[in-house]
This record gives sequence, C-alpha cells and structure tokens, in this order.
Amino acid sequence: METLKVPTMQEKIANGETPDILFWVGCSGSFDDRAKKITKAIVRILNHVGANFAVLGVEESCTGDPAKRSGNEFLFQMQAMQNITILNGYDVKKIVTGCPHCFNTIKNEYPELGGKYEVIHHTELVQQLINEGKLKVQGGEFKGKKIVFHDPCYLGRANGVYEAPRDVISKLDAELVEMKRSKATGLCCGAGGAQMFKEAEKGTKEVHVERAEEALAQNPDVIAVGCPFCNTMMTDGVKHFNKEDKTKVLDVAELIATANDL
Amino acid sequence: MISSIIFVAFFIVGSTYFFINAKKIRRNILLGKDISITDNRSERIKTMVLVALGQKKMFTRPIPAILHLFLYAAFVITQIELIEIIFDGITGHHRAFRSSLGGFYTFMVSFIEILSVLAFIGTVAFLSRRNLLKIPRLVKSELNGWPKLDANIILIMEIILICFIFMMNGADEVLYSRGQSHAENLGDSSFGFSISSYLGPLIYGGMPTAGLHVIERIGWWGHIIMVFGFLNYLPFSKHLHILLAFPNTYFSNLKVKGQFNNLFEVTDVVKPNFDPAYQPVLDPNAVIKFGVKDVTDLTWKHLLDAYSCTECGRCSSSCPQNITGKALSPRKIMMDTRDRLVEVGKNIDKNGGTFVDDGKSLLGDYITSEEIWACNTCNACVQECPVNIDPLSIIVGLRQQLVLEQSSAPNELNGMFSNLENNGAPWQFSPADRANWINEN
Repeated sequence: METLKVPTMQEKIANGETPDILFWVGCSGSFDDRAKKITKAIVRILNHVGANFAVLGVEESCTGDPAKRSGNEFLFQMQAMQNITILNGYDVKKIVTGCPHCFNTIKNEYPELGGKYEVIHHTELVQQLINEGKLKVQGGEFKGKKIVFHDPCYLGRANGVYEAPRDVISKLDAELVEMKRSKATGLCCGAGGAQMFKEAEKGTKEVHVERAEEALAQNPDVIAVGCPFCNTMMTDGVKHFNKEDKTKVLDVAELIATANDL
Repeated sequence: MISSIIFVAFFIVGSTYFFINAKKIRRNILLGKDISITDNRSERIKTMVLVALGQKKMFTRPIPAILHLFLYAAFVITQIELIEIIFDGITGHHRAFRSSLGGFYTFMVSFIEILSVLAFIGTVAFLSRRNLLKIPRLVKSELNGWPKLDANIILIMEIILICFIFMMNGADEVLYSRGQSHAENLGDSSFGFSISSYLGPLIYGGMPTAGLHVIERIGWWGHIIMVFGFLNYLPFSKHLHILLAFPNTYFSNLKVKGQFNNLFEVTDVVKPNFDPAYQPVLDPNAVIKFGVKDVTDLTWKHLLDAYSCTECGRCSSSCPQNITGKALSPRKIMMDTRDRLVEVGKNIDKNGGTFVDDGKSLLGDYITSEEIWACNTCNACVQECPVNIDPLSIIVGLRQQLVLEQSSAPNELNGMFSNLENNGAPWQFSPADRANWINEN
C-alpha cells in the first residue's frame, strides 16, 4: 500500500512549520470517487518533489463557486468569508487548486472580500516544477499515444491559461492534437454554471455528448482534462459513444503521475 | 438657389431628427444604474482601436470578416466625399474641390469607387448568406419578423446607395467628356475616376445630354437622401452598431472573464458576521433589490451593450446550450434587453417624462427562467462578441433576482444550496468526512 504524505495546516502549525503552499483540494477532489484519484495524483507529484505543502482537511469548505454562478450571492459570500477567515488565520500566501472553479473563485473573487493570495492551478504547478528541473518527466505508457486536451472554461477562457496544460502534456512525448473548438473558442463540457447539479433544459442534445463527440472525432487514446467536473462530463460522453475501452479520460496530473510511476 | 435652400432645409431636418432620436437613446441608456468606468484610459483606447476600428475579433471568421471589411471601409472612407457633397449642396457648386485638389481628388474619388464596388460585392454576398445560403446563425428563430427585415433593409439601402454613387459619377463623366458637366472644365476630357470613367460611357454613352443631367441629379440627390435616410434609420435599427461599437468597446470589461461582479450590498450584510469591527455602510432600513428584474436594474453599460448589438449571432453559435437546441440564446438576451428598453423609453415619452408601471418586466415577459437556468457561464458568448458585449452578466443578474428575491431556483439547485449551507459541499456529505480521502485506498 502506498503511503501518501498529506499534512494538514493544523498539524504543520502545531509542529512549528510553515508550509510554502496550500493545496486546495475542492469538494469534488475530496468526495467524488473518481476525482479523489486526481487529488492523489497531485499529492504524489507534490510528495515526489518533496514540496512543503499542506491541506486544510476538514477545515476546507466549498469556495462558493456553484452558489455564485447560480445567483446565490449570499451563500457565496458566506462561504467565501468563512474560507477567507481560515486562510488568513493560517497566513496562507500561496495556493494550488485541483479544480479550475476553485482556482478562479479564490484567485479572482476572494480578493474583494479580503482574501488575497497567489493562486495557481495544478497544471501550472506541474509546469513550474518541470521548468525548475524539480520534476523530470517521461512519457511512460503515454509515449507516442494520441492525446487531445479539453480546455476547462474557468482555466482557459476565464483566466487565459491555455499553455500550461499543453506544455505539460507535450513533455510526455505524446501526439497532442487539438479539437476545432479549442483554447479561446473551446466548448464547455456542460457542467459549468451549476449545470453539474441539475438536469439540462429541454433541447436536442446534451452538451457533454456534443463535446465528447468532437473529442472522439480525433480518435484519441486519451482525452486529457484539468477539471474534475470536465472529467465527469467527458467520461459520461465517452461512455455514451461506447468508446471507454479505446479512449480514457484522464487529468493532466494523472498523466504525469502514471507515466512516471509516482 | 432654390436647390440650395431645399438642400439646407433637408440637411437641417435630417440632422435634427437624428439628434432628437440620438438623445432619446442616450436618455434610455442612462436609465441604467450608474457605475463608474473611468480607469485605464490608455488600455481602453487601445481596446477600442483594436476591436472597433481594427475589427480584431471579426477575423476569427475570415470570410464574413473580409466581406464586412469591404462595407466598413467603404462606409468610413465615403464619409470624406460627403464633405464635398454638403459643401456643393449648400453653395450650389459642382465638384467644388476638384480644381483645387487636382490629382488627390481623382485619387480619393477613385478609391471610394473601388471600395464601393467591393462593398457592392459584400452586400450581395451578405444578402445571399441570409436569404439563399441560410447560414444557421443568420436564420435562428429570434430573428423572425422585424430583425430579419431590418437586416435586409440595411443591405438593400446599401446597394441603392452604391447605385446612386455610380449614377452620379457615371452620368457626370459622360457629360464632362461632352463638355456639358457643371463641373469646372480643367481642359481634360475625363474625370479619370477608376470605375466610372469606364462604367459611365458604357451605360450612359448613348444617352442625350438633357437626360444625363437628370440622371446625374437623381444620383446626387439620391445619394444624399440615402445618407440622411440611413442616419435616421440607425436609431431604430440593429445597424446602430456602426456608431456605438466605439464607445462600447471603450467601456469594455477589462477584468479577466472569470471574475464576476461582487454585490457590495450583500458584502455589507455578510461581513459583520466574520469581522465584528466592520461597520456597515448602507442604510439598514433602505429597501435593497437584489439582481435584475427589469432593464432599469441593469447598469448603463449593459444597456449600451444592448444598443450596440447588431444581432450577428456569433455569441449564440458558440453557446454550448444554444448549439444543443436549448432555449437559451445570448443574442436573444441582448435583443430582449433592447426591445424592453425601447418599450420603457416609449412609455416615458408617452407619460410626459415619467415611467408608468405597465406590469411588465424584462424577466418573465421577455426572458424566461428556462433560458436563464440553461447557461453554463462558460463565457463563450463574451469571448465571441466582436464589439465586447457581455450577455453573461445580464444572465447572472437575472439569476440573482430569481434566487434572492423570488426564491425560485430549480429544485435541484435549491438542494445544492442547502447542501452547501449545511455541509460546505454541493453534495450531501458530512464535512467531517472531507479529509477521508487521505487514508482511503
């Protein structure tokens, strides 16, 4: 059995240590069985490079993103201020998130409410670790495989981060292909705006089916994602077309952790 | 002399009527809530130059971008010719600037003629795209009726305008070669304009001089009548974007797209729970309305957005929900906002300057909750808009109204809200289990 080292902020402080970076896990990464694997892949990378990090553990709470997007500003601000109180209490300076929605909310919407931190998405962290020489990456089982990257809206369009995940994937010696709608014109997976938590309105097609169809048209071995919600939606979409044996939906962190036996 | 008087009268009436309607639009826009957009002047000018003048965002779709560029360039450059037309109209001269400007005059008119031919091609192509090829985004249901007619009227007006220009220049060319033009004779036998010096003799070469004088005048008057007709059509048309694209891009949202506006009226109430030292700013007894029910709950920038929309539909054709057949269409959000604002404006005009409640609102009578709840907040519409319109922030405002004022979110979302409140997660998991993943296999 592998042993992950996941210190909490409370433990670190009790030991008189100050972590360099807080890993914000997010609700999906904490509770969703599929997303927990992504969380662990991120931890493996952090452990591998010996990062001095911590998580909030049970002190973490939803950033309020789904409340904000669905117009419940009260609930959003309650969540935000509760989190900010805890983060500021620990004097957190730098945060890495496993989810673009958490990333966007903490980075862009917390400052006005008193929470100012340096916030990066986990694909940016991996890119930095590679660039600094702390993480050596090989292609492993993905070498020569065809990988298509699906841009999460809240990483790409919302924050202009298009290159970090692609840069990381390119280190796998894989064939990175693009869908017609990618980067700034990328199509949503269908989960954003709190759609994850409700049925779709009446229409002719589900958004995730439309997007999965576009990704599968590239005939990829892997659909790479950087968001646990995109992961769920794209996985459902691939299943819709009965392509789950041929095409895997994997987070960029999982690609790196798996290829390098971390 | 008589023609000068008619021209001046026409000029004054045409300008005044436009001014009156432009003022109404300004008043309507200012019905929106006040926000201050005075920061980053140089960045704003840069955005305006790139996006409005340079049409940067159009070029993500090259074919319509090039066709549009033809019309746009012709429109902008032709305005230079108007200076002479207005001068001639008032003073009774004919081609007053030709003798003094010489070769530059020939160059300018030639350039305008070439752009006019390109604009003609563009206009015919646009008409075909709408009516024959039926490009999907140009035939969607929200365009049925007036919007479709409006688009065709604009294009047909442009074709007529171009025809008048060539009637005027073509007939005058033949007259000049016969020594019969009212333009000052400079001892040459042709104006030497790029298109009309060939097209004129070809079409009008065989016609008698008296008839040509009539045709030349029809072209001249027709041109200026169309210009003023167009100007006065703008306030009632989607075509207003040719003017409002400039201020609208200047006042663009310069923040990253992921940052949604903070509602300070909420912060003011929530903050004391976490910071006992915080002193609320807003009057606790004042009635605060949350979110957007009607157009007056939007900001003036939203309303400027609505008037700037030319209904091109790039937003809706990139909207994941619209693509998959849902009722949501960002373009319709903007069209509804404008339609409702125009209705409110007419109400104010009719009732001597004050709005009398008509029992209607943007939310419900124009935009349905089905449309609003379909949105993915993915910002594709915002990204696509060639004049930086933001339909998403209107949608979020409408959602805030439904949730905070009317408590009428879809049931599943209400469930998500209570999970968030009770468990700190959108699902029904105990917050005590949040770190369980650490020790699971």
